[in-house]
Amino acid sequence: MAQKLTNPPAVPRRGAPLWAQILVWIGLLALLVLLGLGLFRAEHPIMSIGSKVPDFTLKLFDKYPYQDANQVNLVGLRGKVVVVNFWASWCVTCADESPMMEAAWRYYQPAGQVVFLGVDYTDVDAKALQFLTRFAITYPNGPDLGTRITPIFNRNIAMPETYIVDQQGILRAEQIGPYQSLADIRNTIDPLLKEK
Amino acid sequence: MKTKTFIHLAFAILVVTLSILPLTMVSAQQPTPSDDEVNAIARQLFCPICQNTPLDVCPTQACHDWRELIRQMLAEGKTPDEIKQYFVDHYGARVLSEPPQTGLNWLVYIVPPVAFLIGVILLFQAFRAWKRTPKEPPAGEAGEFAPSQKEEYVSRIEEELRKRN
Repeated sequence: MAQKLTNPPAVPRRGAPLWAQILVWIGLLALLVLLGLGLFRAEHPIMSIGSKVPDFTLKLFDKYPYQDANQVNLVGLRGKVVVVNFWASWCVTCADESPMMEAAWRYYQPAGQVVFLGVDYTDVDAKALQFLTRFAITYPNGPDLGTRITPIFNRNIAMPETYIVDQQGILRAEQIGPYQSLADIRNTIDPLLKEK
Repeated sequence: MKTKTFIHLAFAILVVTLSILPLTMVSAQQPTPSDDEVNAIARQLFCPICQNTPLDVCPTQACHDWRELIRQMLAEGKTPDEIKQYFVDHYGARVLSEPPQTGLNWLVYIVPPVAFLIGVILLFQAFRAWKRTPKEPPAGEAGEFAPSQKEEYVSRIEEELRKRN
C-alpha cells in the first residue's frame, strides 16, 4: 500500500528577529515624528494676535539704554504698551521706516505709557550703530543676541516687522513690512491706551 | 666734563630709542589678513540671513560686512575658534556649518552611520538568505519538495516498484 505523500513543511522565514524589526520601525517612526514637528514648527509662529508674549530680555547698546539700564525684559514693562520693532542696517525698507518710528517714539515718550524697543536682527554692531546715528534714533535699542527674540514672534521674519504688546503682555497687533505713515502707527497704539 | 658725558649718553639713548620705536610699533600691528585667511573661517559659517549659503560665497552686502568683521578680528589677533564663538553668541548656532554636538543635534551625527550600518546588516542577511534558499522548480512539475524529500520520494517509488515485481 502506497503511503500518501504530503506537502513538505513550509521553509522557515529567515530575517531579522521580531524585536529588531519592531525597534527599527519605532526608530523610523520617531524620526518621522521629529521631522514633522520640525517642519510644523518652522512654518507656524509661536504666537498669534491675542497670545500672551513669552518673556524675553533685550541687551541694549551702550548709547541706547532704557531708564539707564543696559538691558530690559518684557515682564518688567507690564502696564505699558510695548512696541517691538525688528530692523537691521542692511534692510532698505527699515531705513524708510526708521524716521517714522522715531517720530512716534517722541510723540509717546513724554506720557511714559508706551515703550519702543528696537531689536537689531543679525547685524554687525558697528553698522547698526551707524544706522541708529544716521536716523537720530533715541529709543532703546539692542542686538538680538543669539537670535533668541526673533523666533518668538516670527521664525521666517521679513524685515522690518513690528509687534505691539498691550499693558497685560498680550500681542495685539503686528505689522509685517514697514509702516507707511506715522498715522498708521498711532492708529494702532492709541486704541490700546484708551483701554487702560 | 661729567655733565657733557651725561648729555652725550642721554642723546645716544634717545637716538637708539627713537630708531627702535618704529620697529616695535610695526611688530605690534598684525598684517592685514588675506582674503584666503578670511574665507578659511567664513566657509565654516553660514550667512545668518540667507538660507544655506556659506559666508565665503555669499554675495550680499551683509555678508561682505561679516567677512570684513572676520578680517578685523583676525587682525586683532583673535583665533578662528574665538571668531566662530562670537558669531554663535551673536547670531546663534545655526550659523555654524557643522552643528554643535549637543541635544538633538546628535541625531545629525548618529542617524546617518546607524542607518548605513542597519542597511548593510539587512543587505547581508538578505544575500545570505537568497543564497541558502533552494531554487523552486517550475509549477506543474512533481517537484514541490525539498531535495532530501525528493530522494525519499524516489526511493519509495523504487521500493513500491520492487514490491510489484
